Amino acid sequence: MAREKSSKDNAQALFHSLRSAYAATPVNLKIIDLYVGFAIFTALIQVVYMASVGSFPFNSFLSGVLSCVGTAVLAVCLRIQVNKENKEFKDLPPERAFADFVLCNLVLHLVIMNFLG
Amino acid sequence: MAAVANMPVSDLLKSFKLKTKQQELLIRVSILCLVYILAFITRLFSVLRYESMIHEFDPYFNYRTTLYLTQNGFYDFWNWFDYESWYPLGRIVGGTLYPGLMVTAALIYRILHFLRFAVHIREVCVLTAPFFASNTTLVAYFFGKEIWDTGAGLVAAILIAVCPGYISRSVAGSYDNEGVAIFALLFTFYLFVKAVNTGSLAWSLASAFGYFYMVSAWGGYVFIINLIPLYVLVLLITGRYSMRLYVAYNCMYVLGMLLAMQIRFVGFQHVQSGEHMAAMGVFFLMQVFYFLDWVKHMLSDTKLFQAFLRITVTCAVTVGTIALGLGMLSGYISPWTGRFYSLLDPTYAKDHIPIIASVSEHQPTAWSSFMFDFHILLFLFPAGLYFCFKRLSDATIFIVMYGLTSMYFAGVMVRLILVATPAVCLISAIAVSATVKNLTVLLRSKNKGVQTGSTKGSGSSKASSKALLDQSQPFQKNGAIALLFGAFYLLSKYATHCTWVTSEAYSSPSIVLAARGAHGSRVIFDDYREAYFWLRQNTPPDAKVMSWWDYGYQITAMGNRTVIVDNNTWNNTHIATVGRAMSSYEDEAIEIMRSLDVDYVLVVFGGVTGYSSDDINKFLWMVRIGGGVFPVIKEPDYLVNGEYRVDKGAAPKMLNCLMYKLCYYRFGEMLTEYGKPPGYDRARGVEIGNKDIKLEHLEEAFTTSNWIVRIYKVKPPNNRW
Repeated sequence: MAREKSSKDNAQALFHSLRSAYAATPVNLKIIDLYVGFAIFTALIQVVYMASVGSFPFNSFLSGVLSCVGTAVLAVCLRIQVNKENKEFKDLPPERAFADFVLCNLVLHLVIMNFLG
Repeated sequence: MAAVANMPVSDLLKSFKLKTKQQELLIRVSILCLVYILAFITRLFSVLRYESMIHEFDPYFNYRTTLYLTQNGFYDFWNWFDYESWYPLGRIVGGTLYPGLMVTAALIYRILHFLRFAVHIREVCVLTAPFFASNTTLVAYFFGKEIWDTGAGLVAAILIAVCPGYISRSVAGSYDNEGVAIFALLFTFYLFVKAVNTGSLAWSLASAFGYFYMVSAWGGYVFIINLIPLYVLVLLITGRYSMRLYVAYNCMYVLGMLLAMQIRFVGFQHVQSGEHMAAMGVFFLMQVFYFLDWVKHMLSDTKLFQAFLRITVTCAVTVGTIALGLGMLSGYISPWTGRFYSLLDPTYAKDHIPIIASVSEHQPTAWSSFMFDFHILLFLFPAGLYFCFKRLSDATIFIVMYGLTSMYFAGVMVRLILVATPAVCLISAIAVSATVKNLTVLLRSKNKGVQTGSTKGSGSSKASSKALLDQSQPFQKNGAIALLFGAFYLLSKYATHCTWVTSEAYSSPSIVLAARGAHGSRVIFDDYREAYFWLRQNTPPDAKVMSWWDYGYQITAMGNRTVIVDNNTWNNTHIATVGRAMSSYEDEAIEIMRSLDVDYVLVVFGGVTGYSSDDINKFLWMVRIGGGVFPVIKEPDYLVNGEYRVDKGAAPKMLNCLMYKLCYYRFGEMLTEYGKPPGYDRARGVEIGNKDIKLEHLEEAFTTSNWIVRIYKVKPPNNRW
C-alpha cells in the first residue's frame, strides 16, 4: 500500500517537475516541438488508415509515413543545433542550421514525390 | 654589370621562396597528383599487352546494358525486358540489376561526347574502373586526414593505389560493379565519419547520397547498412553518445533509406528484410537515448530520473522485442537470404545451395591469398590497430570496427578481400605514419637538444626532456636512421611486389588466353571470340544457344544470340534442366533440347591446349545442380571410386553422356602431344576411354582453331519416311 502510494507520488512528482522544466524552455524551441508533435501525429493517422484499408500501394504508404518521420527527425536535428544550451553546437550560427534543415527537407520531399507513385 | 644581372635572378629566387606551409601544400598536392596517375597506369597492363577489351564474364552483361542505355535512353533502360536471355522466360533487366555502374559510364560517355571526344562506349567502359580507382585514392587521403592526420592520409592514398586486393577487381577491362562500388563504399564511410565528427546536417545529407550511390552500384551495400548501426551501437555502449551522433545517424538513415528504395532491385527490403533490421532497431534506440537525455537534462532530481529511466527502458525493450518477434514469426520480416547467411555460417551453402558453393570466388580464403593480396599490410594492420587504440576517438573507433569486421568476412570468402582492402590500407597507413613521425621527431630532436642545451633553465620543457632522452641513449639517432631505412626498404618491396602481382596474376582478360610456345614465343588463343563471332555471322538471328551458364553473358553480348541460361543464375530449375540435358544420354537430352527450342549447343573443351577451366572439369557441378532438382540424375552413376574419370576406367554413363560426346567428338583421332597416343587429353592427363563417338541428333557446326570452343547444331527431326 505504501509502495503503491509512493510510486504514485513519484509519478506525480515526475510529471510536475517535467511540466515546470518544460515551461521554461524558449518559445522557438517550443514551436519546433509542436511541429515534431504534429508530424508524428500525422504519421500515426496514416498508420491507422493503412491498418484499416490495407497497404496496397505500399510505396505510397511508405513515402507518406517516411515523409512524416523524416520531417520530425530533421526538425529534432534543427532543435538540437539551435538550442543555446548545447555546448557542441556553440559555434554553429542558427542561420546555417536552418539552411541545412531546408536543404535536407527539400531533398526529402523530392524523393517522396518520386516515390509516391 | 654582373651585380645588376644577379639582382633580378636573386629576386626571382626570392619570389619562389615559399613559406613552410605553402611548401608543405605543394608537396602534398604533387604527391597526390602522382598517386592519382600511378593508380591509373598500374591497371593498364592488359590493355598494353592485348587490346582494349572487356574481361571475364559478368562485365559483358554490364557492357551490353550500358550499350543499350546509351542507344535507347534511360526510360527504355529502366523498363527493359530482355527476351534474348533465359529463353523462354526472359529477364526483367530493369528491375534486376544495379544501375549505378551503367549510369556512371553512360554519363562519362555523354560528357566526353559533349566535349567533342568521339570515343566508343567500349573504351569508356574499359577505363571506368581505373578512373574510379584513382578517385578512391583521393577519398582515402581525405579519410586518413579525418581519422589521423595528413601524413596518414598520404600514406593511405599510396597504399591503396597499388594494393593487389583492390587491383584484382579494378583493372582496365574489368567493367564490374566492384570497380565503382569500392569508391562509393569508402566515400560513404568518409562522409559519415565527417558527419559524426562535425554534427552537421549537410555532411549527413552528403553521406545519404553516398549511400544511395553505393546502393545503386552493388549488392554489398548490406555491409554499410549493418556496419554503421553496429558502429553507432558500439559508441552508445562505450558511453560516447552525443548530439552529433544523433544528427548524423538519423539524417543519414532516413534519407538514405528513402533514396535506396528508389532502386527497383532493392525495393522495399529496407523495411521488410532481416538484413536491414539492425539499422531500424538502432534508429529507434537512438530516439530512446535522445528522449532519455532530454528528460535527464530537464529534471533536476536524480532519484525521479532513475525511476523514470527504469520505466522507459523496460517499456522500450518490451515493445522492441515484441515487435521484432511478431515480425519474424509472421514472416513479414524475411530471414537472412542464402548469400549473406552463408557468410555467417560458411558450411551452409555447401549443403543447401550448390550454385553458391560452385563459384570459385565464394570459397574460404587461404593464408597465401592474404599474403598475396596484402603483403606487408598484413603485419602493419595489428600495429595500426595498436595506434588506433592509443588515440581513441569516434573516427578511430569506426576504422577499427570496419577493419575487424571486414577482415572476418575476408576470411570467409575470397571475393571479400576487396572490401577489407580500404580498411587494411587505412589502418596500416596510420601505423606507418605514426612510426615514421616518431622516428623523424627523434632525428630532429637531437639538433634542437644541442642548441637549446644552454637554455635548459628557460621554459621549454619539451626540448629539455628531449635532451634528457638523448643523453640516456646515445645511439638513438643512429637507431632512428636505421629504422627509417628499414621502413623505406619494406615499403619499396611492397611496391615491387604489388606491381609484380598486378602484372602476373590480375591482368589476364580470361577471354583471351596466352601461353609460351616451344621456343619461348608467345602464343595467343583467341578461341572464345572466334566462336562468338562465328555464331554472330553464321547462324539465323533467332537461333537459341544452349551452353553452361558461365558463357551466357558473353554469348548474348558478342554473339548476339538468345541463350537458355546465363550468369545471372536467378532460376535454379532452368539451370538444372540444362545440367540434366548435358549429363543425360543423347536420346533423353534431345527431348529436353527440343522442348527448349534449342538450335545450337556450345561447349568449352580444353583437351587440346591443356586449358583446365573447361566444361569437363565443370561437369561435376552440372551433375550436382541437375541432380539437386531432378532425382533421375544420380551422382554415383558418374563416379568411379568417388572420382570423375574420362579414360577407359570411367563409368559407362560418363562415357556416353551428352557432354562427353560433344567434347570428345572426333578427338580420338587427334594427336595432341608428341609421344602420346591419339586422343590424349592434355587437361586431364589421360587417354580418353571412348574414342569412337557417333552423334545421332546433333551435328558438328564449328570448332575453333585450338578446339577450345565447339558448337553443334541440333538436327531437325527425321522425315517420316
